[in-house]
Amino acid sequence: MTNIILIAFIITLVQLGLSKRLSTYIRVLSIQGILLFGVAFIELIEINVINLLFVLLETVVFKTLMIPYFLSYIIKKNKITHEAEPFLPDFMSVVIITSIIIGSFLLANTIGDPHVRKIFFVTALSALFTGLYFIISRKKIITHVMGFLIIENGVFVLSLAVGAEMPFLVNIGILLDIFVSVLLLGVFVNKIGDMIGEQDVDQLSSLKD
Amino acid sequence: MIGIYLIGAVFISLALFFNKNKTLHYSLVSLYFLLQCTLTIYEYVHLNAVQLEYFTPDALGIIFLVTLSLICGPALWHSYVYFETGKDIPRERSIYFAAMVLLLTALSAAYLSNHIAITWIFVELTTLSSSALIYHRRNLHTIEGTWKYLFVCTISITLVFIGILFLTLAIQQDGIKDLNYKVLLSQAPTLNVFWLKLSFLFVFTGFTSKASLVPMYTAGIDAKDKAPSPAGALFSSVLMNMGFVGIFRLYEIISHTSILPWTNQILLISGVLSVFVATVYMLKVKNFKRMFAYSSVEHMGLIMLGLAAGGIGYYAAILHLILHSFTKSAMFFQIGQVYRIYKSKSVYDAGDYFRYNPTGSMILLLGFFVVTAMPPSGMFVSEFLIFTALFQANHFWLLAIILLLLTMIIWSLGKTIFRMIFIKPIGFNDTDVKKIPAIESLSQLVFLGFVIYIGVNTPTVLINLIHVAIQNLPK
Repeated sequence: MTNIILIAFIITLVQLGLSKRLSTYIRVLSIQGILLFGVAFIELIEINVINLLFVLLETVVFKTLMIPYFLSYIIKKNKITHEAEPFLPDFMSVVIITSIIIGSFLLANTIGDPHVRKIFFVTALSALFTGLYFIISRKKIITHVMGFLIIENGVFVLSLAVGAEMPFLVNIGILLDIFVSVLLLGVFVNKIGDMIGEQDVDQLSSLKD
Repeated sequence: MIGIYLIGAVFISLALFFNKNKTLHYSLVSLYFLLQCTLTIYEYVHLNAVQLEYFTPDALGIIFLVTLSLICGPALWHSYVYFETGKDIPRERSIYFAAMVLLLTALSAAYLSNHIAITWIFVELTTLSSSALIYHRRNLHTIEGTWKYLFVCTISITLVFIGILFLTLAIQQDGIKDLNYKVLLSQAPTLNVFWLKLSFLFVFTGFTSKASLVPMYTAGIDAKDKAPSPAGALFSSVLMNMGFVGIFRLYEIISHTSILPWTNQILLISGVLSVFVATVYMLKVKNFKRMFAYSSVEHMGLIMLGLAAGGIGYYAAILHLILHSFTKSAMFFQIGQVYRIYKSKSVYDAGDYFRYNPTGSMILLLGFFVVTAMPPSGMFVSEFLIFTALFQANHFWLLAIILLLLTMIIWSLGKTIFRMIFIKPIGFNDTDVKKIPAIESLSQLVFLGFVIYIGVNTPTVLINLIHVAIQNLPK
């Protein structure tokens, strides 16, 4: 079951490469939240109840509902256009994301460690590099934040791989997740929006040598 | 004590944040300074005593804690001067001091923590507090600097977290469930090498954003440039030390495994590239504050080279880092005064500084000799030892390249500083230039004198502490 969910998670990454609209990205992030909820539920069922509840609450309430809601609120408030304006055509994006996935798969196959379940490793690495690719290939500041959220989801998957033994690491990961998302989204995107309306990275290029 | 300190500091920070009274602000800040000094003395007396399970004041932590406490006094005082001589809006002042107290607290706790996850939490806190300091002036430039800093640092912090997860995978086979540095150190030879390699790559890359090294150095440059000078002084000294501590603690563990040569290669590459990048930008950059920020990148690169070379290099690296902290904070305090006269950071706008502020220009001149590691500067000693270590490790070509790059750096820095001091600026209206009292340069003079003194006559206490700090590394 975990495998199926994680494969579905990888498919959502390809979906990100296919689409151009911000609203699709938000929906994909929300779906990823649900998928992570499934994985967390199956993997962490053995740890104590309060801890489990905390993890589940974070995936469902925070990742699936609050962040997508907040993102669409910011888009509406700052009147950001719905095009993501990628630097590369969709076809190239899909090719690159697919090669990232294949690359992580090949890398995972070189591991000769029976303790590690490779599927977690593949998913986490694919999400990490897709997120990084997303950040460098899209123009808007809000898509940078989305790229970061994808990375965060990947990190969450990785922390689940060790979560049964060290639940506190999962908690710290969640702490990072909430802290950073609130900081980046809540405080900052609003401030930038107030100062420079249309949010394009080109406007943030006065500091250079 | 560390518990009282943390609670007290958070309380002071909150109190600073929630009120706007000037007298109360400065009394709270002085109270914090006292608390910081008490903590330092207490931890120094209780060397190696575990507190609250997660904090151990070991030699390395103590060295940097003392450095921080020595620098934080002048930094707070210069912040006071900054507000007295410039715009003083109560709301902005309260956020500024609350963030600075939080930053200093998080740094002290990060130095002392003995658990990699706890270190990580406090590193996260430093990102939050430093972005509040960078955003202080609230204009388009600072918002850009803050956004870049926040984004790059968040990604680096995530990378460090991934590194910690890989470290957990590395220890899983041995049945260890504790990420305490001491436990990890004792189990080091049995760790899984593959995961350890991945872990080091991620942790190192993550901490480079704090330590101002290639690849993540960019964020730090904007931060040091855009933050007010006292905060910039903290960023280019004590915050960089924290990045170094993060890297060093993992390096200590790795030095007992078979991947040490591979790790040294990584450090060498990063170190050489840092010096190279610093040189390229210092030849080009026209903003003197950014120039000193790049100079920090250069020195951190040299420190990594010392660490990678081994032998006497370990000792030299830590000594160089301590001396660099004092020099660079003195220089940044002085830049604050230069900015107050010219209201600009461009080398073209500044000039004839000797006429407007003789004491300050003497500091600038002395600082130039100290920062470029010319004798009698203490950094000459540490830099010389780093080169000796590189020579002994048979990195002749590398040494030649580094020396060439350093020569270019000295030329470029000298050109800028002499221009600022002696050459008349074009179109500068000096009718309303306020005289800067000489007493404001005192702290810088003390710091630079201290650096020279340490070079000439290193105190035995310091030598012993450094030797204890590096005792776990291979001879």
